[in-house]
Amino acid sequence: MKEKWSALMQKDGAKTVVASLLSILIGLLVGCVIVLVVGLTNPGMGAAAAWDGIRLVLGGILSTGRDAVGNLTFGFNPTNVGNMLFRATPLILTGLSVAVAFKTGLFNIGAPGQYLMGTAATLVVALSIPSTVVPAPVVWLLAFLSGILAGAAWGAIPGLVKALLNINEVLACIMTNWIAANLVTWIFDGSNWRNLEENGKTGYIYKTAHNGVETAKWGLDTIFPSSQVNWGIIIAAVMAVAVYILITKTTLGYELVSCGSNRHAARYAGINDRRNIVLSMAIAGGLAGAAASLYFLSGNTEFAWSTYQFLPPVGFNGIPVALLAASNPIAIIFTGCFMSMLNIAGQQLTNLTGYNEYITDVIIAAIVYLSAFSLVIKMMLDGQKKHKTSVPAAADSAPVPGGKAEKGGEDA
Amino acid sequence: MTFLIRQTLIYAVPLMIVALAGVFAERSGIINLALEGIMIFGAFIGVVFVNMIQEAGIFDGAKADNNWVALQGFALMAMLVAAAAGAVFSLLLSFASVNLRADQTIGGTALNLMAPALVLFFIRIIANQNVLNMSGGDAPPWFMLRKAYFGYGRTDSMGFFGETFINQTYPATYVCILLFILLSVILYKTRFGLRLRSCGENPQAADSLGINVYKMRYAGTTISGALAGMGGFVYALTTANCSASGDVAGFGFLALAVMIFGNWKPLNIAGAALLFGLFKCIAASYTSIDINGDGVCMLANLPISVNLYRMLPYVITLVVLAFTSQKSRAPKAEGIPYDKGQR
Repeated sequence: MKEKWSALMQKDGAKTVVASLLSILIGLLVGCVIVLVVGLTNPGMGAAAAWDGIRLVLGGILSTGRDAVGNLTFGFNPTNVGNMLFRATPLILTGLSVAVAFKTGLFNIGAPGQYLMGTAATLVVALSIPSTVVPAPVVWLLAFLSGILAGAAWGAIPGLVKALLNINEVLACIMTNWIAANLVTWIFDGSNWRNLEENGKTGYIYKTAHNGVETAKWGLDTIFPSSQVNWGIIIAAVMAVAVYILITKTTLGYELVSCGSNRHAARYAGINDRRNIVLSMAIAGGLAGAAASLYFLSGNTEFAWSTYQFLPPVGFNGIPVALLAASNPIAIIFTGCFMSMLNIAGQQLTNLTGYNEYITDVIIAAIVYLSAFSLVIKMMLDGQKKHKTSVPAAADSAPVPGGKAEKGGEDA
Repeated sequence: MTFLIRQTLIYAVPLMIVALAGVFAERSGIINLALEGIMIFGAFIGVVFVNMIQEAGIFDGAKADNNWVALQGFALMAMLVAAAAGAVFSLLLSFASVNLRADQTIGGTALNLMAPALVLFFIRIIANQNVLNMSGGDAPPWFMLRKAYFGYGRTDSMGFFGETFINQTYPATYVCILLFILLSVILYKTRFGLRLRSCGENPQAADSLGINVYKMRYAGTTISGALAGMGGFVYALTTANCSASGDVAGFGFLALAVMIFGNWKPLNIAGAALLFGLFKCIAASYTSIDINGDGVCMLANLPISVNLYRMLPYVITLVVLAFTSQKSRAPKAEGIPYDKGQR
């Protein structure tokens, strides 16, 4: 048993998982310490409130509110779990978006802009084609596809300027983000898509349910009653698997990854590096656009259209999702769910205690910070191994190069 | 015209000083993507400091007497506090990228995520809303120069120069310009500056000549953090009525663009910052810009959507980068963790 365990720990994938788990653990610890310090120093809170806060940070997903006496109660809360899955849907897809770009050696910080363009295209199509003329499922499909296309087109811009003009993609992405934010505001400013029926809600676009277009729930609403979950989460998971197949099993995926590991070597080997950079950013953009489509096609989500000073955080949160999963598409499904779980915990924190949801963003930031040197954590894990098994080093040396080679394939 | 120059300076100066912050980090070999986050953090700490001093009532007397010198001293102190906060916050980045040789882009992104989250968390707890305002009054009566301070009456004119550069301006702007000049000279004309720049170009060679690359990179990033923190507070003071909201409207990123557009050279950066400041200013107040002084606001009468004006600074950045990127030359060793043993 112990041997099996240490053999498992030799594998690079296992080390990545341990490094990620360590990052999560330390991140949560940082959050708890802040909650504790704030609770103890703030005269309005005290130790009991801090203890409540810590319990909600760690187990907010299981929270069922407060009982008659005012103590926090915990248990399986299907509404929370359903909402977690619903909010994980766009996170998984923006995470995939960032991950695909990472694989090609690009940093897609432009997911918020691609997400916004996807949102605009989806909403315009879903609200413009009357579902009385065209069947609602067809409208849904058209809206979904146009969201993907708009995101892909927007993602291709930084890819193009990177490939042709050698502009740093991070900068190009940031600029396109803000251009998208202004463009989307412009599209909806003064348009008929604004929801003017409900008074006091001038800042929003109609829900797609206004036109009868909604993502199907097909039984998920009976498993998770009164939550927002729908089949979007299944679509997101399928897309994650598709991206996994694309990256690991196809020629295109191989070309993308080789451009990421060494652009010049890839070109020497006859791979069109420019085409692949544009393609990678377009795929990344399409995934971010799909995230927006699935979020807003759920039918009961509203889009605040005046976004010119504000970028959607879900786009940026794709970065921690991808980093935590070490850009592995399958792992992204789980890290996406983890991030949305933190999100739910933050919501519970706001509703039930004097703290607010931003503490979960602090935790996420701490996790990203730690994952920046997950390589160092991995090396530390290696170091520990060497200390423990310093004598049979010869026996150990055989699997290590294997592990290294595997890593080369995975990180590239 | 007076109004245009004054407003342009208000937008251009934070960009300029934060872009110089980027130069100090990148010239020492560290990509400081965290400028935005450091600005947010610096602005927050500066505003908290202003709040605390106001609540302690230390400058209430000076305010009542219109003692503007003392009030400017107060502003200067807040700027220093913001700079210190930025420097401390940037240590997170230097620790990760110098000592742990982490990916600098990811480290910077982490700080960018961390700053607004942390700031909003505390603002919510302190103020019970999403904005932290000054504890009493507005920024202009406290920190802005007015002609009344210099014995001019309400209707007297100070002349073109006085009206443009003294009346209704924040001296914090000029402090930043002075600092910009001073630090540019340090970067180019002193031994320290030369050593710092050598670490961004060829750290191995610098090390072989006895320069401590790690120390230089820490110095570069810390100066960078201090400048960005100060720039963040100046931005909050001059454009957001001295309030902190966990947001500087992408100025940190815009400053990065200005830095690249300015080819990592202070003089070009000053020019680039003025250009973007002008466009930002047009976007923010195109309805009230009267260029030739005939009382007609030309831009407001054009059939152009406000959204286009708001979009312009970013579009122009992208276009300008497209034209200049072929010539631009980043410090050679930026973004590469220095490893003593590497050859």
